[in-house]
Amino acid sequence: MTGQTAPRDRVIAISGFALDILMPMHLWIGMAGQIIRAGPTLQKLAQQRDLAGKSLFDVIELRRPVVMPSLSSILTLQGQKLTVSLRSAPDLPMRGVLTALPAGEGAVLNLSLGLSFADAVIARDLTLTDFSPCDQTIDLLYLREANAAIARESRALTKRLQAAKSKAETQALTDTLTGLSNRRAMDAALAAMTADRGSRFGLMHLDLDLFKVVNDTLGHAAGDHVLTHVAEILCTEIRRGDIVARVGGDEFVLLFRDCDDVMLLDAIARRLIAQLEKPTHFEGRICQISASIGTTISTNYLVPTADKMLNDADIALYSSKRNGRARHTFFSAALEGQRVRH
Amino acid sequence: MHGLINLALQGFVQDTYGPEIWAEVRSVAGLEFHEFEAMLHYDDALTSRTVEAVSSVLQKDDTSLLEDVGTYLVSHPNPQAIRRLLRYGGSTFYEFLHSLDDLSGRARLAVPDLDMPEFSLVQTDTQTFVLECRWLLKGMGSVTLGALRALADDYGVLVFLDGDTTGDQVERILINVLDRNFTLGRRFDLGEQVL
Repeated sequence: MTGQTAPRDRVIAISGFALDILMPMHLWIGMAGQIIRAGPTLQKLAQQRDLAGKSLFDVIELRRPVVMPSLSSILTLQGQKLTVSLRSAPDLPMRGVLTALPAGEGAVLNLSLGLSFADAVIARDLTLTDFSPCDQTIDLLYLREANAAIARESRALTKRLQAAKSKAETQALTDTLTGLSNRRAMDAALAAMTADRGSRFGLMHLDLDLFKVVNDTLGHAAGDHVLTHVAEILCTEIRRGDIVARVGGDEFVLLFRDCDDVMLLDAIARRLIAQLEKPTHFEGRICQISASIGTTISTNYLVPTADKMLNDADIALYSSKRNGRARHTFFSAALEGQRVRH
Repeated sequence: MHGLINLALQGFVQDTYGPEIWAEVRSVAGLEFHEFEAMLHYDDALTSRTVEAVSSVLQKDDTSLLEDVGTYLVSHPNPQAIRRLLRYGGSTFYEFLHSLDDLSGRARLAVPDLDMPEFSLVQTDTQTFVLECRWLLKGMGSVTLGALRALADDYGVLVFLDGDTTGDQVERILINVLDRNFTLGRRFDLGEQVL
């Protein structure tokens, strides 16, 4: 930033034509505050063929810093950053810097497009030759256009990825919280097992007791902790090839391959309930739950179907609930018709 | 190789020859997807394989195929952003030629990880230039030659172009500007709304 012209600074003469080349957006201002010459690009921006002769403050408005609109007061701003707009284009703020000419000949004010550069170029139909090669406005325009093209590609990619993600989610076979199979995976496994005539398997429907209490009193984080813990217990009680699926908030289905042994299934169910009843801790507080279970086996049916078996296990489960929870019931024809939904 | 470069090749095939030919190229090249993604990177070998597949499906030699790709990039309406970004290089064809030295830096301003060719221009007399082009794979010289031919049209300039694309490291293009004001050329508006 300059102060007054240094005493030993050499003064040079420069033509108006040279000013146009170096600073196509300059204003040369005379002593009386009138415009002597205006750069060609500035004239284009002002949409006036000749600005010469007009009073400076009829052509521009100095927005910042705020001073009296006179040549002598703006000369005190020499070297400072000015915010200026043309009266004919108040919506295109520009930046400027001003220097006094020697021997009180007036001043030169050089302007450049501020952040409104893109609007200015569009509104005044400017071309590459309107800018000095030293002016980086062209590079900014280039970048703006390139960024817009890249952003379009990125948006398109994001959109495709989102579509792929939601498609993958609907095709997923895993419950994200517990890592168990989900309803979809269980349906597929059960369909395969029922389609395999002669396969003997057990289907267990397990519903947590008191889970809602944990969730409501200790919060969802505690609920999630319990569900994860339940998943671990269920996984330790099954063999490789069996299926454990979380099919609802606190509902699970277990499929035991090659096992229709009611004694064994009952023992497993009781062990599961005993394990699940052991209290766990979450952030220093005790979580206590239990489980009710209903089971059916494929050999109950001439032709087992997934819907029928799930329905029957459900009936047995609600019989367990009705009889005081925390117990295991096998489906039997006698239970049908007693079913009362909770 | 950057997805944008693969996508340029794909666009050329789709826009010039249609989706069936692109499907054939995919199957010959063994591409396991329908379209290249602009913002992803692919193995360079995949790009080479795709070029080979296009040239075998279209029964064109690599040189004329890649020249056609270059011409497509500048003159076809679909990749018009490329033509516009090139025209930012200068208001005349001469200025444009001299801006090629900066082209890769300029492109990387917008896409920092783009594998752009490096150009260097040598002027041999007032109207003759030699453009050297260095790139990861062979063939960018031919793409450049095709693009220059279209750009000369765009600027309204009559040029004679001759490629020496035999070099392994450097491919060279001789540019002889015969008439700087051959036609009016195509307009280039800075403020044109392409968004």
